[in-house]
Amino acid sequence: MKYEYVIVGNSAAAAGCIEGIRENDKKGSIAVISDEKYHIYSRPLISYKLKGDVTEKQMNYRPTDFYKVNKVETMLGKRAVSVDSKTKEVSLESGEKIGYEKLLIATGSKPFVPPMDGLDSVKNKFSFMKMDDVKGIEKVVKKGAKVLIIGAGLIGLKAAEALEHYDCEMTVVDLADRILPSILDKQTSGIMQKHIEERGVKFILGTSAKKFEKNKAVLANGEEISFDILITAVGVRPNTELAESAGAKVERGILTDRKQACKGVKNIWAAGDCTVSDDITTGTAHIIAIMPNAHEQGLVAGRNMAGAKAVYENAFPMNAIGFFGLHIITAGAYSGDCYEEIDGGNVKKLYSSGNKLNGFILMGEKIARAGIYTALIRERTDLTTVDWELLKQAPQLAAFAKEKRYEILSKGA
Amino acid sequence: MKKVYVNEERCLGCHLCEFYCAFANSGETEMFRAFRLGRDAKPKIRVEDKINFAVQCRHCDDPLCMKNCIAGAISKVDGVVKIDREKCVGCFTCVLSCPYGCIAPDKDGHSATKCELCTQNGGSPACVQNCINGAIVYEERGEA
Amino acid sequence: MPVNYFPAEFEVLRNYDKCIQCRACERQCANEVHWYDADFGKMLSHDEKCVDCQRCVSICPTSALKIRPNENAFRKSANYTQPLMTEAYRQAGTGSVLLSSMGTPKDYPVYWDKILLNASQVTNPPIDPLREPMETRVFLGKKPTKMKFDKNGELDLSLEPSLTLNVPIMFSAMSYGSISKNAHESLARAAEELGTYYNTGEGGLHKDFYKFGANTIVQVASGRFGVHKDYLNAGAAIEIKMGQGAKPGIGGHLPGEKIKEDVAHTRMIPRGTDAISPAPHHDIYSIEDLRQLIFSVKEATEYKKPVIVKIAAVHNVAAIASGVARSGADIIAIDGFRGGTGAAPTRIRDNVGIPIELALAAVDGRLRHEGIRNEVSIVAAGSIRCSSDAVKAIALGADAVYIATPALLAMGCHLCRSCHTGKCNWGIATQNPELVKRLNPDIAYHRLVNLVTAWNHEIQEIMGGMGINSIEALRGNRLMLRGIGLTEKELQILGILHAGE
Repeated sequence: MKYEYVIVGNSAAAAGCIEGIRENDKKGSIAVISDEKYHIYSRPLISYKLKGDVTEKQMNYRPTDFYKVNKVETMLGKRAVSVDSKTKEVSLESGEKIGYEKLLIATGSKPFVPPMDGLDSVKNKFSFMKMDDVKGIEKVVKKGAKVLIIGAGLIGLKAAEALEHYDCEMTVVDLADRILPSILDKQTSGIMQKHIEERGVKFILGTSAKKFEKNKAVLANGEEISFDILITAVGVRPNTELAESAGAKVERGILTDRKQACKGVKNIWAAGDCTVSDDITTGTAHIIAIMPNAHEQGLVAGRNMAGAKAVYENAFPMNAIGFFGLHIITAGAYSGDCYEEIDGGNVKKLYSSGNKLNGFILMGEKIARAGIYTALIRERTDLTTVDWELLKQAPQLAAFAKEKRYEILSKGA
Repeated sequence: MKKVYVNEERCLGCHLCEFYCAFANSGETEMFRAFRLGRDAKPKIRVEDKINFAVQCRHCDDPLCMKNCIAGAISKVDGVVKIDREKCVGCFTCVLSCPYGCIAPDKDGHSATKCELCTQNGGSPACVQNCINGAIVYEERGEA
Repeated sequence: MPVNYFPAEFEVLRNYDKCIQCRACERQCANEVHWYDADFGKMLSHDEKCVDCQRCVSICPTSALKIRPNENAFRKSANYTQPLMTEAYRQAGTGSVLLSSMGTPKDYPVYWDKILLNASQVTNPPIDPLREPMETRVFLGKKPTKMKFDKNGELDLSLEPSLTLNVPIMFSAMSYGSISKNAHESLARAAEELGTYYNTGEGGLHKDFYKFGANTIVQVASGRFGVHKDYLNAGAAIEIKMGQGAKPGIGGHLPGEKIKEDVAHTRMIPRGTDAISPAPHHDIYSIEDLRQLIFSVKEATEYKKPVIVKIAAVHNVAAIASGVARSGADIIAIDGFRGGTGAAPTRIRDNVGIPIELALAAVDGRLRHEGIRNEVSIVAAGSIRCSSDAVKAIALGADAVYIATPALLAMGCHLCRSCHTGKCNWGIATQNPELVKRLNPDIAYHRLVNLVTAWNHEIQEIMGGMGINSIEALRGNRLMLRGIGLTEKELQILGILHAGE
């Protein structure tokens, strides 16, 4: 079998790619290969499913007729194991070979589970990334179950929030001395930690699980914790094996140019959590594992694959997430001068240098209209061209020059 | 396509559009019911005070909120950017994304809400109909 | 706290069940009547600051507001009424002349309401204006009294300069300064669409409005503000203002704080200086002097534009009008004492002058008697409140009418009579940019057009009822009028019969 376009992966980047292709090429055949057997769904929604906020159907990232409308053939539940960029073929675990003219690698990432003694002896241990993880937990979780979560990052805490729904007795262990280090600074992670602790979650920070004896963990500090369910959420690693097999350049993730084309090979593009992005707020290249980034990369890749010209050149990290009712919106890098307003759980921290906004942390009620700040980062707006003092107080369009406002509010489109 | 435009020269900063908007989206039949009885209806348009002008969703050609939505809950139907409240999980990535600050957490805090041009309330946007100075218009404008 | 000699004139009534605390009333009140008390969680009001302009009532989204007169009463006296007592208290506090705006609110007779119109029955049947042509077009200016022939014996068809009105209604003088730029724009655009004229007043013509020149009457008053050759030539006619109905015999005073950049430029005076119009024109002490001014402006405009002379209706108005007609004026505008003003000393406004109905009848009668009625057209002004007032004015001898107060009403004015404070909440009589904004010319001009169009429909309806199909045939047709409840003397002056005669 051979297709004009083959996409390995079936999440945000794949959706973006399909949309990008179909904007420019209504006919070319498209195949999607995924080791998961589900209709395209939103990974971050697994915690909402566990909590009972959404059904499996509501997790669909795109409508149920998405493949049909876009004329996409799906090969779900099939794992791609290697790519031959010379013969332009993807080999599946089953031995099948799928030919392509243009290939997108959107393989995402996998959970990283550090070696821990006795882990094999643990019953009911899960990662928390995929649909099958949540389905597994749903099968065994009982009201009031004891849950041990290794990792106080976004994934671990989202799992904790969901399991509150089952009145679970939860303990979160992390080697770091604070929670959510990837998106919060020390001060704000303290505020969030306090908020979560008030909801009955116990944190043991600055230590790790040394070994497991069936469903009992022995921590490095000597403490022992018995549990019914173990969730490991220490971190993730990009799935780069497929790209490597194709001969693409891979460092911490797959390297691409601004058109999302893989370096070192032809006719292969890559997008999503498996790739490295150029962060405009730090000037460094690293993996920005967030859905908006994945979708945009996929979209740009799809447009280029279909012959249109598109580049992605304003990547930066950003997150909007809430835990136990306290919302956080963050973006960019926390470097430069900091303007801060802190009132309990309502926090605003704006980081700027050289007349540019580098990043921000907003919590609670201060998240309102955050996108106006985000746009300042995205467009690298020169803060001397806006009323920055006014913007610090509250994000508002009044701070922009009249012509800019006219463009936004009155100009025909 | 028809959009709501605001003329800053005409806006008086009376904030009435906010109240008419909230009322129109409240499902109530009387305005005072929408705001009394502890209901506190929320507007999807907001008037900025320093220089007066009303701001609501621009229904962008390439909506960042829609592209960035992690739940696939935002779509553009007949030119109107809409949020599917059934699907929205209230992560507020759209609040993070909208460059105009036009999406807000709904009053229950569990989902996001925005202007849908009153398509659910009879079609003609309430902010436009009730602006006391003709500052908000709903019309077709070509490329400027 | 000092003694408060007089109570608030009005009371703000708020229905707290309906109030949603949107605070629109607070934001829209330039008098700062309303405020939100966060501790009480309630909207409250400073009643004493309220001028009853009704802005808050008009915009309140839940109709939760009412303004009513304060019922607190001084001990009743038919002689020393509460307003008189209050004015005495006020003056005892300030030592100042009382200032008022708009027309007198006093209960003087309104003769329009004591005159009834005729309609045809059986013979000379009525005309249906929807089915048959009905002419309301009017030409203002000198009418030829005899045929003239050139040296070849050909008929000389040339006419004196005149104004053509599609409707017998014009907008009378309101200066830029006394009213806002947006109000002026609204009047100008409405005049253009209606095929009639608006009047600059004595404030000059803003550069943005020269494009409306064909529908503009430019005024020359005693202060000569903004008068220059281009100004005179910009308009369709020039009006020399000798007097104003609301304040005959006195000048005008626009305080310096209203003379902002644009107003200063238009008036050709320094910013921030008081604009004082003297009581007399300092170069006019006789009809001959007036004639000189008339011919000066005619000279400056190459005899292409008719000249209007506007006089206030005063005791010997007929004789004055006769003099004006002989001075070379093409049109006389007579302004009755119930007419409006942006600001006038209260005692003058309420006590000086005579009603337009009597003045008009006297002037028309005198000019006819002297055989010079065709030398001038007559425009009646000073409280033409509705279309039937206009019809009665024309039947009493006017060629057309000037309206100002109804035009202000069309733009939103609620006659709170506080123009002189400069805090007009409707954006009309103010120069405060935040308030001026409130009058959107796109809306206001449309409302003006609607008002005059509606009046014109009514005028046609009334004319049709009388069996008259041309407004020219109504002019001075006093047989169409009957008095009711009037004395012999009043009927004699009006030149009409009593009802039943």
